[in-house]
Amino acid sequence: MTGISKLALLAAAVMIAQQAVAAEVHVLNWKGYGADEPWAVAAFEKATGNKVVNDFFNSEQEMLTKLRTNPGLYDVVMINAAFNDQATTEGLIQPIDVSGIANYKDLGPEKAQSPLLNHDGKIYGVPWVWGLTSIAVNDKAFDKTPTSIQVMWDEAHKGRVVLRDDALEAIQFGAIATGQDINDIKDMEVVKAKLASLMPQIRTFWGAENDWNQMVAANQIDVGTYWSGSAGRAKKNFKLPVTFVVPEEGAVGWLDAFSIPAGSKNVDGALAFIDYMIDPAFYVEWDNKVGAPVSANVKAVAELPADAFNRAVMGDPEVASRIRFQAPVSDADRERYLQIWQELKVNVQ
Amino acid sequence: MNGNSTLAAHRSQGMKAAQLLFPAYLWLVLAVFLPLSAMVFFSFVTEMPFTGKPWSMTVANYAAFFTTGIYAKLLLSSLRLAFEVTFWCVVLGFPAAYVLAKVLKGRSREAIFLLVILPFWSNGLVRVFSWAMVLRSGGILDTLLNAVLPFKVDIDLIYSYPAVIIGLVHSYVPYIVLTCYLSLQAIDDSVIEAARSLGASRFTVLRRLIIPLSLPGIVAGAVLVFVPVIGSFMEPRILGGRTGTFYGTVIEDQFVAVFNWPLGAALSFILLAVVLFILAAASPVMRRSA
Repeated sequence: MTGISKLALLAAAVMIAQQAVAAEVHVLNWKGYGADEPWAVAAFEKATGNKVVNDFFNSEQEMLTKLRTNPGLYDVVMINAAFNDQATTEGLIQPIDVSGIANYKDLGPEKAQSPLLNHDGKIYGVPWVWGLTSIAVNDKAFDKTPTSIQVMWDEAHKGRVVLRDDALEAIQFGAIATGQDINDIKDMEVVKAKLASLMPQIRTFWGAENDWNQMVAANQIDVGTYWSGSAGRAKKNFKLPVTFVVPEEGAVGWLDAFSIPAGSKNVDGALAFIDYMIDPAFYVEWDNKVGAPVSANVKAVAELPADAFNRAVMGDPEVASRIRFQAPVSDADRERYLQIWQELKVNVQ
Repeated sequence: MNGNSTLAAHRSQGMKAAQLLFPAYLWLVLAVFLPLSAMVFFSFVTEMPFTGKPWSMTVANYAAFFTTGIYAKLLLSSLRLAFEVTFWCVVLGFPAAYVLAKVLKGRSREAIFLLVILPFWSNGLVRVFSWAMVLRSGGILDTLLNAVLPFKVDIDLIYSYPAVIIGLVHSYVPYIVLTCYLSLQAIDDSVIEAARSLGASRFTVLRRLIIPLSLPGIVAGAVLVFVPVIGSFMEPRILGGRTGTFYGTVIEDQFVAVFNWPLGAALSFILLAVVLFILAAASPVMRRSA
């Protein structure tokens, strides 16, 4: 073989390899959270010719570490809005040109313009879905669905209450129960005392959605902290007697958004994937088949059936007024919350 | 001349030994020593070096153990848990080992032996989750007892301290049975017969002969149970509910939930130091029994 033909072959091989890389969209998200639904991946691949490669994380810290240690590997990453600021400051994600996302104009403006996702006039996150962390009840234990968070402290349900084993959630829950701002807790001693008085009520601490559902299925618990999307799935997918409550004291809101990591090799593919994720067609199918949180796309929510929880309850302006969205939490606060939470758990013995 | 040849013989023997030792020690260096020394290093830094954040050397992670009382308190409750589990393992395991070694013979011994080691063949997580099904109210034990008994009992042990003890004893009792079996089997039957013919009661035989002679097995088994139970985290987390916070679960939290490897590593090495101290304190007993 002559030198020139060798070179040509090499060039061809490089071009093929580049093409193969360019056609892949590497997505980093929680497992079982929409982006990895097989029917959705198949539909997206068929429509755009991009191949989706899913990777998963088990905690926000792990997600950030994966971004730090694999620059250039991922094209799309799902980041909770409270962590967007940290990812932007560390230079892990890049500004997004939303002119490439057709559905962007249909997003709720207060979500799209959230200061959590926008820095220096640039967009670092496309809001995807949002939901609440609040309480849910086992319908078998209540004739009338409670409206106050204080039901967790009710002696009648002693030993049948669950709380998630998560410092941030527990402390913010305590803040709501004591009438404080979750993003600016002034009196931590009151929160501590309130949570300490909750401990004797607790049956166990739950970790994952499955724990919660199993305990309701076995009729072991009456009430506990839960996520709105999970409660929807429990009711729809697993036919469990679960009702999600947005108590009068308020609820913690969270917003999940898609970002594009710095150094992404396939920004066009990433934009197409994000566009598909906020598309009404995908969302309606996701909520119907599996059960999803509330879409940030106003049109997508409007296409749900009128009695759907995500449209009827979560779309109610009166409910919306009770929601307090989570702001970023500093590392120092996180460590302080963990220490308080560990102390509370240790002293229960 | 003679001296030279023995030296050569020694040398070649040493070479042979080195050849045989090399694979095992290479493996130990790679699989134990390197990760462990990495952990020692991590326990002295402020941030994990590979996260890209600035980091420096510190002893703050070790100081954290002493500045708040909660870690010491947790370590004490883990030690108490380990003592109780070891105690119940010996109480349940020793008689079983005695029956296996001295009473049963032939096929029946094989069958019972198989039943003892059977739990080893299943995954630990599966065992713990099956206990969760048995112990909860409306679970297998509850339903079974209420079907048999004329009066109503409410068995609801799940998410409690006893549930953790039950799960751990079940997981670790085979160690005691196996080690006690070996040392009991080594006792010559004729020694026991001689003691009986000289008028010793069964209890005296047990107290003066069998227990002292099988002590090495009991101690070895107890160490095998005690050490992993102090650091256990899976059983307390699944079976313990709100009472399931122990030293091991807090270490797990540092690694899995909050990504604070430095603190997790420091807590682990403090545990290692405490375990080594306890074993050193117990070594006179062990040496006498060995």
